[in-house]
Amino acid sequence: MTTQMFGAPIRRKEDPRLVSGGGRYLDDLGHDALAAAFVRSPHAHARIVEVDAGDAVDVEGVVGIYVHEDLPGRIGEPLPLLIPHPTLTHGRTGYALARDEVNHVGEPVVMVVATDRYVAEDACQRIRVTYEQLPPVVGIDAAREGALLVHDDVPGNIAAHMLQEVGDVESALAASPHTLTLELDIERSACTPMEGRGVYARWDDERRELRLWSSTQTSTGVRAAVAAKLDLPLAKVECIAPDVGGGFGVKIVHPWPEEVLVPWAARLLGRPVKFTEDRREHFISAAHERGQLQTVTVGFDDDGRLLALDVKFWHDNGAYTPYGIIVPIITSTQLLGPYKPGAYRCEFWSLYTNTVLVTPYRGAGRPQGCFAMERAMDAIADELGIDRTEVRSRNFILPSQMPYDHGLLFQDGRPLKYDSGDFPASLAKIKALVGWDDFAAYRVEAEAEGRRVGLGIGCYVEGTGVGPYEGGHIQIETSGRVNVSTGLTSQGQGHETVFAQIVAEELGVRLEDVHVTTGDTRKMAYAVGTFASRAAVMSGSAIALAARNVRAKALRIAADALEVSPQDLEIVEGTVRVKGAPATSMSLGTVSVLSNPLRYAFDEAAQAATQFAGTFDPDKPPVAEDDEPGLEGRDFYSPTQATFANGMHAAIVETDPVTAEIRILRYCVVHDCGTMINPMIVEGQVHGGVAQGVGGALYERMAYDESGQLLNASFMDFLVPYASEVPTIETDHLETPSPLNPLGIKGAGEAGCIPVSAVIASAIEDAEGFPISRMPISPNDLWELRRQHAAGEIPSLHRATRSAARDAGTTEATEAKETTA
Amino acid sequence: MKPAPFVHHAPRTVGEAAAVLAQVGHDGKVLAGGQSLVPILNMRLASPAHLVDINGVEGLDGIDVSDEAVRVGALARHAALARSEDAYAALPLLRQATLNVAHPAIRNRGTTVGSIAHADPAGEMPAVLALCDGVVEAVSARGRREIGWQDFFAGPLETTLQADELAVAVRFGRFPTGTRTAFRESARRHGDYALAGVGVMVTVADGVVTAARASFVSVTDVPSVLDLGPVLAGTEASSESWGAAVDSAAAAVRDHVQPESDIHATSDYRRMLVGELTRRVLVESVTAAEGDRR
Repeated sequence: MTTQMFGAPIRRKEDPRLVSGGGRYLDDLGHDALAAAFVRSPHAHARIVEVDAGDAVDVEGVVGIYVHEDLPGRIGEPLPLLIPHPTLTHGRTGYALARDEVNHVGEPVVMVVATDRYVAEDACQRIRVTYEQLPPVVGIDAAREGALLVHDDVPGNIAAHMLQEVGDVESALAASPHTLTLELDIERSACTPMEGRGVYARWDDERRELRLWSSTQTSTGVRAAVAAKLDLPLAKVECIAPDVGGGFGVKIVHPWPEEVLVPWAARLLGRPVKFTEDRREHFISAAHERGQLQTVTVGFDDDGRLLALDVKFWHDNGAYTPYGIIVPIITSTQLLGPYKPGAYRCEFWSLYTNTVLVTPYRGAGRPQGCFAMERAMDAIADELGIDRTEVRSRNFILPSQMPYDHGLLFQDGRPLKYDSGDFPASLAKIKALVGWDDFAAYRVEAEAEGRRVGLGIGCYVEGTGVGPYEGGHIQIETSGRVNVSTGLTSQGQGHETVFAQIVAEELGVRLEDVHVTTGDTRKMAYAVGTFASRAAVMSGSAIALAARNVRAKALRIAADALEVSPQDLEIVEGTVRVKGAPATSMSLGTVSVLSNPLRYAFDEAAQAATQFAGTFDPDKPPVAEDDEPGLEGRDFYSPTQATFANGMHAAIVETDPVTAEIRILRYCVVHDCGTMINPMIVEGQVHGGVAQGVGGALYERMAYDESGQLLNASFMDFLVPYASEVPTIETDHLETPSPLNPLGIKGAGEAGCIPVSAVIASAIEDAEGFPISRMPISPNDLWELRRQHAAGEIPSLHRATRSAARDAGTTEATEAKETTA
Repeated sequence: MKPAPFVHHAPRTVGEAAAVLAQVGHDGKVLAGGQSLVPILNMRLASPAHLVDINGVEGLDGIDVSDEAVRVGALARHAALARSEDAYAALPLLRQATLNVAHPAIRNRGTTVGSIAHADPAGEMPAVLALCDGVVEAVSARGRREIGWQDFFAGPLETTLQADELAVAVRFGRFPTGTRTAFRESARRHGDYALAGVGVMVTVADGVVTAARASFVSVTDVPSVLDLGPVLAGTEASSESWGAAVDSAAAAVRDHVQPESDIHATSDYRRMLVGELTRRVLVESVTAAEGDRR
């Protein structure tokens, strides 16, 4: 092998195209298409009395105006509930166009199709919808109270109530020398990809075929859902995910109302139709995540070892549950992080509110779970006067205990069983990276300058690469070009590069000869989608297996032609050659020619495969009985369970003593996603995740008022951090390979954002000397907390009190030596 | 997010622009940099029937310095003003403040006069115009007039400019020799509308403060200048009493402003914040020659 491809930090193949304007996103397609726009509910909860489109029909350029009554058959039925669960006893989904009732601001009520989006919006403005307003349920408190209902037939607004318990929590708590209870609150945020949702459909009336493009994380899912809704044979529907400008979870939900309505309209009108979501629509009509209230009770011994963990939380699922209860299930299982919890009980209620629906957003319930666990770890450390990393260390699952089975069911319905990880090693790395043991001295210096600083830490474990499966297909052309296809989609992660790296390494070809296609149902009809940090694990493994099949076939054909044994051959930069005698060789392109017996030669190279070329054995059929023509191969990867990545973050923050402005001085990440295909891409994933985590920790919240209006439905008021708000991110990696897949890899996509709120809360708390239990936190929030703390409404941390009493700085190192009562 | 239909007018001269404005009256809006207007149109928060696009009008992009003032034409972009060395030498406050206007892309397109005519309480340039005792020059088919800043701002997003008038320039008055200025604001994210902001001018003669004024961003309905002379004048700028005087000035500012609460910060927080920013800019104005250049 001349150049090692797998594991090399090579630059992304797709970037020259994407950063020079060569990307083709949904709205770059279909310039001849009609445009769809929607009249959306301005009310959070209302009955639709009347729709009067009288003034809109005359707008020049309007082609069609549709309400629910116009939708035939399955198109008018509720949208599918994608992931049913036994505890989701009251699952509800909306309609493509609202029928009788609207349950959140932004729900689509009328679709207008017109010559362009300008005209369509002009018409929308002229449509008058009369509503009878109903009292809205906004916020978890109101939902939990249950006095008002989102859906009349869902008592208590409870979509799902789930309880998992391992061991006897009541007894373990009763027997614990110490117990603590924390009340925690995490607010809503959202994916907000740069490109919103979008769908474009063309109907071929002669062939009765539909081709659609969607800015989706699952083209196979959209294809199947649309075929079912439109009552079309699957063979008559193709779905392509073009370049997609970010997803982060929201685009795994399908079919969105628009994904059903646009193809339907295209067929009805016999003309191409397109919908491109605008930013305001994305805020009020797509999906949010995160909002939970949590009560965490921990029981522990004098050394800070967990004896019992009892968690109750209330999860705001918004108006509908099309994606089931995946988010709270993940919270309830993944909050355990790298720790042995002792007896564990987790009970949650997933509640309806008259707000935008809640579906996975990068991290998918883990940031909330991590927040609960890590707040508890810090509280235990503070209670006992033990260093925060020491308490964590004492509760770690050790490498010798892998695989570690928590005895719980994970989000894929399979056991929550950690396959790999070395948490003590990760902790040692993060402590070294951030300078944990030097921080006390740094704080003394800072305080002498009148500055207030704090140090925080957060650890997590992330189940990645959930099944059921993905596939890979590889075909080598006679030119030596290697075509690779996998069915899951790309939203900018660098799949063209990492999948090519895998193939280059496995096959022994040059990276530039490898061409990757993702998310096109014409190329690969069997696929699941891109979510749950699964692309590298699932498609990467499938592609590696497919490459091994192709390699074996290439060696077999070349061995025949060169009259040597396959074991004596190697493939180097696209050439099959005899080990030790590289002059005896043939290119993979030639192997490809030989793999496909021809009657007709189309070029010089092809002549070698034709019937009079004298290259075949007359006693054998041109294609062997158990073989196929062509140098290609396919395989699928379907694991028994998820593989568990992990990481630890630490940060130093500074808070302004007067204005309470919060600045992240340093942000450090140690990450273990097993064997890395491309460390530069892993690092990029971590950076992006941390940026979104910083958003969730310090900036982003969905400001719903009491009537269910979202007050900040724009990038002016919903504060996605700019580059100027994201700190420099220092990273280090630990590679503990997963034993579960052929490449030893674990997912990396969501890692960066999971512990950020926990880490920042930990650091602010450390700076301020009083507990932080609610995130995100703004300068105004912190200033208000200071006022409450000064008024005695919030207790001081024990370590703040201790150090004040000792009047000797606030070093944890010295606290660790203290004995506790 | 597409605007309602409008008629686009592209006058080539101020006279043509004034003629169109006279004709369309309240149905028209002037389009210069478009950094506030275009989003408003796209969100259909306003649907003017006519847009009078002055970007093709000759001779409106000047930045001219005289002994008394810096005159900024209606098509001078924020970025041009920030870059202008002449303007900076004459009135450093202009650069100090302009660099706080949003982000480079917005400053490249947005105009200083447009920002003043938009009269957003969160805008920096209205506050600067006030601190500099500035004047707006308006032209209409009826003639030309000058409007002092006190008479120009009528309320949030509201001015006394008539529907048929075009603001062709503003003049920022220069400060007496020995005046130092500083500008500082605090936003949730870099370049966002400030939660609070303050610009100050402090005139020092022989080491003693003789005059001081402040004006504010985001904490008053309309630009409002607070004379800090009563608390600062007569104080030696680098003496020990300066600290106490600055604290008094901050207290005076907290009493003066009337911030509103919104989803980003409460009134109380903004009041505290603008007081603290005032304290900091006053300290900075006498210690640093140029003040805050962020």
